[in-house]
Amino acid sequence: MIILDNVTIAYGQGHRRLVAARDVTLAVPEGAAVGLVGESGSGKSTVLRAIAGLIPYSDGHITLAGKSVGKRRTTAEKRMVQMVFQDPYGSLHPNQTVDQILAMPIAIHRLDKGEARIAKALSEVGLGREHRYRYPHQLSGGQRQRVAIARALILEPSILLLDEPTSALDVSVQAEILNLLARLRREHGLTMLMVSHDLAVIAHLCDTIGVMSRGLLLETTTADAMASGEVVHEYTRQLLRSNAGFDRSSVSAGDLDISAA
Amino acid sequence: MKTWLTAEITTSAFHARAQRFYYGWLRLRANRLAFAGFCILVGLCVVAILAPLLAPEGSNEQSLALRLRPPSREHWFGTDELGRDIFARIVWGARITIRISCLVAVIAAPIGLAVGTAAGYFGGWVDTVLMRLNDIFLSFPGLILALGFVAALGPGIGNAVIAIALTAWPPIARLARAETLTIRASDYIAAVRIQGAGPLRIILRHIVPMCVPSVVVRITLNMAGIILTAAGLGFLGLGAQPPTPEWGAMLSTGRQNMLGAWWLAAVPGLAILLTSLAFNLFGDGLRDVLDPRSE
Repeated sequence: MIILDNVTIAYGQGHRRLVAARDVTLAVPEGAAVGLVGESGSGKSTVLRAIAGLIPYSDGHITLAGKSVGKRRTTAEKRMVQMVFQDPYGSLHPNQTVDQILAMPIAIHRLDKGEARIAKALSEVGLGREHRYRYPHQLSGGQRQRVAIARALILEPSILLLDEPTSALDVSVQAEILNLLARLRREHGLTMLMVSHDLAVIAHLCDTIGVMSRGLLLETTTADAMASGEVVHEYTRQLLRSNAGFDRSSVSAGDLDISAA
Repeated sequence: MKTWLTAEITTSAFHARAQRFYYGWLRLRANRLAFAGFCILVGLCVVAILAPLLAPEGSNEQSLALRLRPPSREHWFGTDELGRDIFARIVWGARITIRISCLVAVIAAPIGLAVGTAAGYFGGWVDTVLMRLNDIFLSFPGLILALGFVAALGPGIGNAVIAIALTAWPPIARLARAETLTIRASDYIAAVRIQGAGPLRIILRHIVPMCVPSVVVRITLNMAGIILTAAGLGFLGLGAQPPTPEWGAMLSTGRQNMLGAWWLAAVPGLAILLTSLAFNLFGDGLRDVLDPRSE
């Protein structure tokens, strides 16, 4: 469904050129859920934004549903890929009610039965009629993220990109949102690509996991292999250790040696 | 009514908007100075609307026998050098002042918004061209530029309005551009871009609504300057022409008799001062009112 073939993404020009992701090759089959993990600045969000068409890529090919997508995307191509952002407060227009936010994609794509679509999208993410005419600041963090998910799904996309969808939420709400995403994936047969720095969150939703560091996709492994520690790359092992909690060995194994300082 | 306006659950788009308006009104009421400014402005509008009732004789009723009379019971603000009642002229002049300030706002705000948001959103050479044009207009002092335009177009209120509007839009464009630059990078703009919205829809439906509050605040604060520029043009004889009861022009003619008849210059001067002050106070409080997040 999503095929990245040697994709390189760079910001800026000339000597200020910064390569955020280099030669990333990744395949997400239809209906699968793939996670990308890595620390901040590893280029995982950049890859996601390039797939969404928000930033151009300088090299390689991105193929979505069998079609290579170029710099300019058609309306149908845009409808196919939707995204949920990290901060639900920043991703909803502060001056628009939930109703207006959900009506916008319907207006853009000139879809019929807008009223029914909005009601359906709200009930699918577990929001009631009483939330429909509220402004984002009148909703809780979890409710806002549900609105963001409803907005992405109202276009009936086949691919859903998730950029750390739970990291801005409370732990109890995180589980709710993850379960909601898992359910929606089953019901709609969505292909998901999720970015997170939290291995537990990724393992909950994804079968395949890609590990990124400094713009490179180091290895692709499965959630089970990750859980049993059967990983190839040294960086992945370090990541696993640091995720298990604070552990001195995870620090001393890396290039950041604080015990020597 | 009150329970409907403060209801926890809003049931329609109109309900949500009405509630937001109501909370804005409450915030305005809570800010005493801003509310005082608001009241003065409402009073000014009422005076302008009721001018035929308050001063039925009109603004140009001359009576040379009653020249330069000091304020009295018959003539609250005295009479001028042609025996015209100054109260009547102030009342009718309110209409002109309101018309000038509203027209300038209606012309300058959309131009400033359009130029600023386009420059900020598109960036690149569009930004460069529009902002250098903006710099050219900004580099002249407002009154001088207005003087130049009026000299080219000819004196009169209509031309004064155009001239002032041409000097009022550049600061608004600057403001709108700065706001657009921060809004452009936000996730909610990225979200609508992914959904396929074009630049026109993004600017009009998503960026402009976010810029409007600060632009409204700015133009309200500018109103005082606009009124003063209009009065200044009137004072120099390039704005309203006699016998139009424009406050600046009244001040100008009153100046000649200032030593013998202080009320000729003092009354229109006070009217200008009060209106400018009211706009400033109101503009200061308006930002809190227009921000929905401060509920």
